[in-house]
Amino acid sequence: MPANPFLRAGRAAGITLLYLFLLAPVFPVVMMSFTNDPYIMFPPQTWGIEAYFNIFHNAAFVTGAETSVVVGIVVTLLALVLGVPVAYAMARLPLIGRDGLLALFTSPLVVPTIVFALGALLILVTIGLLGTYVGLVLAHLVLVVPFVVRILLTALNTLPSDVEAAAATLGAPPLRVFTRVTLPLLRPALLAAAALSFLVSFDEVTASLFIVGSDIITLPVALFRYTQNHTDAQIAAVSVVLILVTLLAVLAVERSVGLMRGLGR
Amino acid sequence: MTPVAETRLLRQSAAAWGLVTPMLLLIVFCFIVPLGAMGVISFSPSEGGTLLPGFTLDAYDSFLGDPFYQGMIFRSIQLSVTVTALALLVTYPIALFLHRLESRWKSLLVVITVAPLLVSAVVRTYGWMVIMGDNGWINAVLRFVGLPTVRLFNTYNGVLIGMTEILMPYMALGLIAGFNRIDPLLEEAAASLGASPWRRFVRVTLPLSVSGIGLGCLLCFVLAMSAFVTPSLLGGGRVFVLATEIYDQAVNSLDWPLAAAMSMFALILFTAVLVLYNRLSRRWESL
Repeated sequence: MPANPFLRAGRAAGITLLYLFLLAPVFPVVMMSFTNDPYIMFPPQTWGIEAYFNIFHNAAFVTGAETSVVVGIVVTLLALVLGVPVAYAMARLPLIGRDGLLALFTSPLVVPTIVFALGALLILVTIGLLGTYVGLVLAHLVLVVPFVVRILLTALNTLPSDVEAAAATLGAPPLRVFTRVTLPLLRPALLAAAALSFLVSFDEVTASLFIVGSDIITLPVALFRYTQNHTDAQIAAVSVVLILVTLLAVLAVERSVGLMRGLGR
Repeated sequence: MTPVAETRLLRQSAAAWGLVTPMLLLIVFCFIVPLGAMGVISFSPSEGGTLLPGFTLDAYDSFLGDPFYQGMIFRSIQLSVTVTALALLVTYPIALFLHRLESRWKSLLVVITVAPLLVSAVVRTYGWMVIMGDNGWINAVLRFVGLPTVRLFNTYNGVLIGMTEILMPYMALGLIAGFNRIDPLLEEAAASLGASPWRRFVRVTLPLSVSGIGLGCLLCFVLAMSAFVTPSLLGGGRVFVLATEIYDQAVNSLDWPLAAAMSMFALILFTAVLVLYNRLSRRWESL
């Protein structure tokens, strides 16, 4: 710590300014959501909470939210069903070719989403699954798998295997050890993986824009299309709701395993 | 190894492969195959939205040979490099502050720093539209104090500011991971040997945080090059970058070979950056 009080005050002010910049978009969104202005005006001309009611009469937002929730839940469940056996095989069994498989399963993180989005569009058009739930779920699944595998693998690797060994020595068959000992110990990591994969799927916009076609719509896609043409309070109201949902999920992850570890980096 | 142990090992490995097979099928058919198909389509002739059999370099020719696209590639790379540099500049002090902080609020502050990346890019871009719009906060303040207004919405600079903020959490992620690997004893040793705070930072902390800087910059550059939502909303169709052009060709113009050729170019560029990053970080670690 520098002894000079001016230096210290200056540094505190600098850090505060940088944090204000980082959080800058949140303030206008919250303020706009409590106006009835048809477009962006500052200071706002009219105040009100109508926007929070209007969004429930906006068909694109409502069906989009329904689709996003359903797809998010299905993607999360599938990701866990596929991810838990993978993490177990990699952490507890002598898996030949383990490192190559891990690199392959986390590779969707390295490839830019826009490139994968185009690939997904082209293949879905070819097999006639463009604009279907199946296509949307599969594409989101690919994007959440790296997170789920990394979180569960890290958790299993840091979990002491003594308890499992003890259960096995006492005569429990492997499957019983897994369901009665390993899975319960893994619960915080499962919760973190589930929350994160739901959030990633629920917020996904780039790949979704490519593959939703004209028949279905997700909430971020609806939001994106609406923002292209309107800047009124409705979009702000939806945004506030989304920020609150994210905040709750982040708190859940932070309380169970810690966000930094949850992000798997 | 005894034959019994060997068969046991092989059986266990076979069981392990059984457990990973469903995931393997998913990644191969839903990730590798689409990317492969994209590569094939980039060499396919097409007419009015339908692909024809055959092999052609037309798409690459009309992409890399066109001055408009050449300018766009240059602008995309310039934008991404500038965004990465700016993000490093504004995030490094925050990461350093968090690294030095000893308080029970530390983990909360780390979460506040990183959590914005979980908030939809559409939402955060909209926030910037309110701030930078023609009647937005910045211009309202400028008008109030009697200064001329600035045009940020639908401009390159507006996209630059918005993207810098949106990529800050990713930069923070890389930097914090880098700082966490520093042995705190080294800084204490430098201090106890009488190094001034500035000297301690330049000679000890900064060099030790280079791996974090590298990771953060890599993340930011890749995400900036593939960012689509922010340039298209803040740019309002007037700022053309690679990602918005891929979307436009694929979804609006239905020129799939051209879109595929652009994506292949992006993929090759990222691979090159990744290889370069691995080389540099290995050389740095061995110093």
